Amino acid sequence: QVAAALKEGHVTPTELCQRCLSLIKSTKFLNAYITVAEETALKQAEASEERYKKGQPLGVLDGIPIAVKDNFNTAGIETTCASNMLRGYISPYNATVVQKLLDQGAVLLGKTNLDEFAMGSGSTDGVFGPVRNPWSYSRQYKEKSVPKSHSEDKEPDWVITGGSSGGSAAAVSSFTCFAALGSDTGGSTRNPAAHCGVVGLKPTYGLISRHGLIPLVNSMDVPGILTRCVDDAAVVLGSLAGHDPKDSTTIQDNFKPFELPNLTDVSKLSIGIPKEYHAPGLSSEILTIWSKAADLFENAGAKVVEVSLPHTRYSIVCYHVLCTAEVASNMARFDGLEYGHRSDMNESTESMYAATRREGFNDVVRGRILSGNYFLLKQNYEKYFIKAQKVRRLIANDFVKVFRSGVDVLLTPTTLSDAAPYVEFIKEDNRTRSAQDDILTQAANMAGLPAINVPTVLSERGLPVGLQFIGRSFQEQQLLTVAKWFEKQVQFPMIQLEEVNRHDHGVFQHQKSASFS
Amino acid sequence: LAPWVPVVGLEIHAQISSNSKLFSGSQVQFAAPPNSLVSFFDASLPGTLPVLNRRCVEAAVMTGLALNCSINKKSLFDRKHYFYADLPAGYQITQQRVPIAVNGSLSYSLCIDNKMSQMVTKTVRIKQIQLEQDSGKSLHDDTRNQTLVDLNRAGVGLMEVVMEPDMCCGEEAAAAVRELQLILQTLGSSQAVMAEGQLRVDANVSVHHPGEPYGVRTEVKNINSIRFLAKAIDYEIQRQIEELENGGTILNETRAFDSKLGCTISMRDKEGKQDYRFMPEPNLPPLILYDAKSLPANMNHQQVINIDWIHERLPDLPSVKREKLVEQYGVLPEHSFTLLNEDGLAEFFENVVKQTQMKPKKVIGWILQDLLSYLKQHSLTVKESPVSPSLLADLLNLLEKKEISSTAAKQVLAELWKGEGKTPLEIVKEQKLQLLEDQKELEQICQAVIDRQENE
Repeated sequence: QVAAALKEGHVTPTELCQRCLSLIKSTKFLNAYITVAEETALKQAEASEERYKKGQPLGVLDGIPIAVKDNFNTAGIETTCASNMLRGYISPYNATVVQKLLDQGAVLLGKTNLDEFAMGSGSTDGVFGPVRNPWSYSRQYKEKSVPKSHSEDKEPDWVITGGSSGGSAAAVSSFTCFAALGSDTGGSTRNPAAHCGVVGLKPTYGLISRHGLIPLVNSMDVPGILTRCVDDAAVVLGSLAGHDPKDSTTIQDNFKPFELPNLTDVSKLSIGIPKEYHAPGLSSEILTIWSKAADLFENAGAKVVEVSLPHTRYSIVCYHVLCTAEVASNMARFDGLEYGHRSDMNESTESMYAATRREGFNDVVRGRILSGNYFLLKQNYEKYFIKAQKVRRLIANDFVKVFRSGVDVLLTPTTLSDAAPYVEFIKEDNRTRSAQDDILTQAANMAGLPAINVPTVLSERGLPVGLQFIGRSFQEQQLLTVAKWFEKQVQFPMIQLEEVNRHDHGVFQHQKSASFS
Repeated sequence: LAPWVPVVGLEIHAQISSNSKLFSGSQVQFAAPPNSLVSFFDASLPGTLPVLNRRCVEAAVMTGLALNCSINKKSLFDRKHYFYADLPAGYQITQQRVPIAVNGSLSYSLCIDNKMSQMVTKTVRIKQIQLEQDSGKSLHDDTRNQTLVDLNRAGVGLMEVVMEPDMCCGEEAAAAVRELQLILQTLGSSQAVMAEGQLRVDANVSVHHPGEPYGVRTEVKNINSIRFLAKAIDYEIQRQIEELENGGTILNETRAFDSKLGCTISMRDKEGKQDYRFMPEPNLPPLILYDAKSLPANMNHQQVINIDWIHERLPDLPSVKREKLVEQYGVLPEHSFTLLNEDGLAEFFENVVKQTQMKPKKVIGWILQDLLSYLKQHSLTVKESPVSPSLLADLLNLLEKKEISSTAAKQVLAELWKGEGKTPLEIVKEQKLQLLEDQKELEQICQAVIDRQENE
């Protein structure tokens, strides 16, 4: 709808940009942005305005303010991965996905916060501090929470965004942008999407270019899309998907952007409910919500069947081995020689490397590097890495079998519970948290399948709960069509944020989930 | 004392002759200003990905076919990890699990007793050929306690050719490498100039008594020419024999060849056993090659490599060229070796033959003895020869027509060598070297000489 507003001149790109920028300033306490590119954003907005005046917008995304997770390379704008290792690093090139968005006229507001090098499930372990879930300050949450103190300062029992793309999720959720890029390796887009009440899409591996996305696990990473509604996600997907010669893991087939039909008849649909996703630790509240959703489909005429993905319980361990091994490899380039932080220690090359890496990486990163190198040792390789690859194959085959049996889409919870308060979350270490929180999301990464979080309902604490749909390889159209139908049925409420209401001049107000398409 | 059997294997790295690097678009060029040929990927900037260079794959396939290898229709890329200043990513992309070509052979010839009259053919098995990245260069500035890193070479495509330990001495290794060099140059897959680092050879050397298992082997590195290769290997064989005969043991280590001292030195400070933590390269799908049979009908021609197509277009390999020379011109086999051994000499020879009536069997003597020795004396390549094929042909024609004697011809050649632009005929006239057939004239000269004699 915002795109339509831009087209008809109800609002100009520069107005839109300025509003977002000022909203970013008033929601600074969320710590969603690491870098705000005010000058360049305004320039982009002005250029967009010129195009609209001439009646020649580049497309639906022209003039739309967006944010990008800080592990995507952006030329001329700092890219830090929330790490001391890349503090001050200004990349000379744009990631392909960033370039595509800019080529469509999108306005890049800034780089969002994350867990350091995308390692984590809370967006709490970056060097710029944790990201706060905007819902912590929503009327809905405040109404439900037990008043702890009478102070009016912004220190309620704030909850986490989830991670690692927490900054992007918070940015979209708090209306400071209309869409954001995240990354998803084990759930890093879907998890924070669920906690922040936004749509989080993980596309099929190989559909969208990873060139310029600073890798965590090359064989599982995908750029993720965060928006306020499913239609918007489809639009962004349409502008990003397709073969990139710079990324040899993208498929060659031509991609045709699609518009989502308004599905009314679900009787031909088969929804699979994997029983193993009734995971230990799943809150009874979410179990109920999941059940209700299944009923919703059944009552509407869809075929809802219980299915089994028997190797689900091995996925965490398998993921741990493969992830840390690739991390150990991918982080080897950070030696302080060519770019990034370099230690003052200069007694020898080796000592410089060691000091640089100790100073540049946090404990989480270093822990994973050590584990990964252990698994890659000659004497361990067969036992761990090769074994894990075999298990990965089994996990992927589980999905193949289920989809072959006639199921179109799987319906699962996205998270084990609603967002935890920060003080609770940090009681356990990153590794423990990741292992717990990734269980529902990372099998999709193992299998390379597309998956999407759709905000469903508010929990008893007034916080968002989302459900996940997992689709067949490269069948994003079907996946998003089902997701859109579901979204329409559940009518997830809009966040009631004071700051947003203050800035709202009608643009955000009318729609349930202020979308741009 | 029981005899010793030396065993020599080789690991040869040949730089692929291509415009751009193996996985990135930056240029391949020798002696460019430091760090002027470095792409984002070469510098290991975060987020960059490798993209395979088609030409490099073709070069490897050509080389594999020329060495009688089986080309693996599916080969894989791996990461080999170690930290070093000239390896920006902290790992090298190579082919450890399944290389592009395996199980080939290389035939080479040696002359027995240095006589060039008796040549014997030997074969060495080629274990495999793999594609991998070259590293950058690091220069250690000890005075300022710093290391300077030039990444121009980082990422250049290499073919690693592994020769099984079928050789027994420096001479054999040198001959094998020489033949490989010629093959690579003929194919154009590598310029293989050792002095420019385009061909690097490491030797694996061990000794044992016949009937006993192979001894512990050492790896000898830092060999900069084929001559030094033979020297280094022979030295190492001797060193090992002496060590063992004195009751010592051989360590499985890397040794550097010191060309000034003519010996190998232990590189013990470079830790022997390194665990490279090999891992599949996740950003490169398996490399699939096709042949005429397996090529799918609707494949985009640009995207595939057809092994059979490459096979059909292979040029004549040195061994074939030599055979043809022997067949066509009737020269001896050992002559054909020398002709091919000098860059451009075979062409020179053929050019002369075309332009002269003298039989090739006679021409060859002039080429291999006279011309070649002049070139060697003055350290010139065939291309730099002041005597062109036409000039030599003219000279040989004079000789053939019996207008001058062979002694005179040699004199003329010496004069031609000065490169003053005179033709053979002009020189003959100048120096009055013509053979005289005229009876009367001869009588006059003889009489004159006799007269002179009498007067003294």
